Amino acid sequence: MSLSEAPSGMACPGCIAASASLSRAGKPAGPATHEVQLALPSVHCAGCISAVERGLLALPGISEARVNLTLKRVRIKHDGQQTVESLTAALGGLGYEALPLDMVALSGTASDAAGRDLLMRLGVAGFAMMNIMLLSVAVWSGAADATRDVFHLISGAIALPTVAFSGQPFFRNAWTALRSGRLAMDVPISLAILLATGLSLWETLHSGEHAYFDAAVMLTFFLLAGRYLDHRTRAVARSAAQELAALEVPRAIRLGADGEEIVDVSSLHLGDTVLLKPGGRVPVDGLILSGESEIDRSLLTGESLPVVVGPKAMLSAGEVNLTGPLLVEVTAAGKDTSLARMADLVAIAEEARSHYTSLADRAARAYAPAVHVFALAAFVTWMWLTGGDVRVAINIAAAVLIITCPCALGLAVPAVVTAASGRLFRRGVLIKSGTALERLAKVDTVVFDKTGTLTVGAPDLVDPMRHGAAALGVASALATGSGHPLAKALAIGGRSFAKDLPEPTVSNIREVPGYGIEGQLGATPVKLGRLTWVAPEFLGKEFFALSETATWLRIGEQDPLPYTFSDALRPGAKALIQQLIDQGVHVHLLSGDTAAAVSDTAERTGIVTWQADVDPMQKAAFVRSLKAEGRHVLMVGDGLNDTAALTEADVSISPASALDAARVASDIVLMGKDLMAVSETLRIARKSTRRIQENFALAALYNVVAIPLAFMGLVTPLLAALAMSLSSITVTLNALRLR
Amino acid sequence: MNVLIFLIPVSLGLGALGLGAFMWTLRHGQYDDPEGNGARILRQDYDDAPPDDPT
Repeated sequence: MSLSEAPSGMACPGCIAASASLSRAGKPAGPATHEVQLALPSVHCAGCISAVERGLLALPGISEARVNLTLKRVRIKHDGQQTVESLTAALGGLGYEALPLDMVALSGTASDAAGRDLLMRLGVAGFAMMNIMLLSVAVWSGAADATRDVFHLISGAIALPTVAFSGQPFFRNAWTALRSGRLAMDVPISLAILLATGLSLWETLHSGEHAYFDAAVMLTFFLLAGRYLDHRTRAVARSAAQELAALEVPRAIRLGADGEEIVDVSSLHLGDTVLLKPGGRVPVDGLILSGESEIDRSLLTGESLPVVVGPKAMLSAGEVNLTGPLLVEVTAAGKDTSLARMADLVAIAEEARSHYTSLADRAARAYAPAVHVFALAAFVTWMWLTGGDVRVAINIAAAVLIITCPCALGLAVPAVVTAASGRLFRRGVLIKSGTALERLAKVDTVVFDKTGTLTVGAPDLVDPMRHGAAALGVASALATGSGHPLAKALAIGGRSFAKDLPEPTVSNIREVPGYGIEGQLGATPVKLGRLTWVAPEFLGKEFFALSETATWLRIGEQDPLPYTFSDALRPGAKALIQQLIDQGVHVHLLSGDTAAAVSDTAERTGIVTWQADVDPMQKAAFVRSLKAEGRHVLMVGDGLNDTAALTEADVSISPASALDAARVASDIVLMGKDLMAVSETLRIARKSTRRIQENFALAALYNVVAIPLAFMGLVTPLLAALAMSLSSITVTLNALRLR
Repeated sequence: MNVLIFLIPVSLGLGALGLGAFMWTLRHGQYDDPEGNGARILRQDYDDAPPDDPT
């Protein structure tokens, strides 16, 4: 395919480039025996689908590749020639970051059986509703006598099986609620549906004038629609969150009797020896047998600088190995690792979290008894007025029950939450908890973590040209290829500032884990790294004692030159803090990092109150004390040291780069890098809570008008149908106004 | 009114047909990726001929 053939509907130049580099290929594939699912966070348009699918089908052994744009995933069937690693690499070559998913974790949600079940019931109720309505319109426009009875009979024949099938979710919930002695919203719903159907059947058989089959089925339909919306919002967020959980799925290189083999971490045992390559996350708790390296602990402790480790040092799962290969003896794996234990603690804390009563729950708690009382009152009143005419009394009581039944109430919350989460999902914000938006709307205090949250967690070179372009060129030539964060920052800085100059040829580059990098510039030895290693004789001299993070370059025997770094701010961090302060929200910064680093970040973002060297328990205690003052706290954090505080806070947000445990503990996950999404989330949360309240007000208003009419016995099936659909549509439209 | 004897079964039959079609689409996973389906009509990969195997 040439560039000129590129689909005109494609939105991004990257996709055009990606698909242009592909050719159509149809290699024979063996029987598809293997299935793999990969997450593709960056697919977003028709061009992406083409590029990915055709790129994959061009590989040998692949019989089917199907992109799911809604879930941002691709499902691949192949005959065993490919591995997850080779597929990820192939997609990486096409320009798409691909992440393997844990098939075991996915199998639960892949088919979404519950969603399909609801959709099927919804579909049946919808078709039945339309057909019955067709017949009802004829009755309302004046069909009489035998014709009316026949129409009612046919309606009943459609309505009975429909109610029996589609109403099951409500009946089941109502039954569970009744058995445990509670009065849930599903109780009056079930009662209304059953009473309306039963009464209509009786009326039909006795040639009665009014039958409420349409109302019963319509009630089922609208309420199921609310249920389905509710379910879908949660399913999308849940599967996305599960996808993230599955990202950590982890493989390790085990050294066995027959050499290296790649195994799942879950199959590692105590005493196994694993090889940790630089750049990889430590999958287990372990003891270093040999090798020296530096370890990035920022996710666990918040320290932004790597720690040097050597033999006999202990590693914890979740740390990142930076510079040298390490041989590690497994001391704990899987569920026993310190990481997993911490996650368990969070799970326990989660259950203990003070239960938040959602607006919907509070409304239902007030509403459900009221509905029963009204219906009973109508029954008693009309028994007394008519002198004991059960038929009239039951008819009116049923009408009251149908009218008050919360069609609009069932849609009021799901419609708004669906609209809001849909908008936020497109902005890369996942809402994991149904009540997160409501809790977020109340927030008046925000507590931030530093490393990895306000900052990217990677250092940024300060003033790259301080020693001239030539020195920078040498430094970046040495730094290229190292996995150490400072070296990476130097290499990037060098590339962007010294790109016009010829790159100096540095040969014999060797990395000394824990110390630095050395090489040869022509005949001159050059070194980049710690001062203690680069030029030990200068140690302790005043000029060379810097408080900032620094690495040193030494060319030959010249004086060493420092390059200093600061932790780069996440995009949008400054603007977000400014906006929060303008809105009168209190902002705090808590970090486990050193005072110098924290004050620097606080200054750059404009945060006034900050604390450094805070341990996890202190973080949680700080949040608790804010809550005790009556504040509503939002915690934004990413590390293991934040999890307790995330759980403690009223509502919590973590970036996608956060540790598993932190994401589990948070209500909301940010998929993108930009922190301004937090401000957008707050705005939408406040708006959606207002919409929910408006919807309740609308539903209440409609009841104020309709209940007296029903009480007086003036409600006909036509009026009930009109009122029901009108209120449901108003509520849905109001939810869609959310911008 | 005798025409109703035909019309009612016909309307019910049409409704049943629609319901059957809906159930078929649901069973075949046609609601699994609404966004992708919207995007797929824009690509020009299989404009000339359908793919050999259903992808």
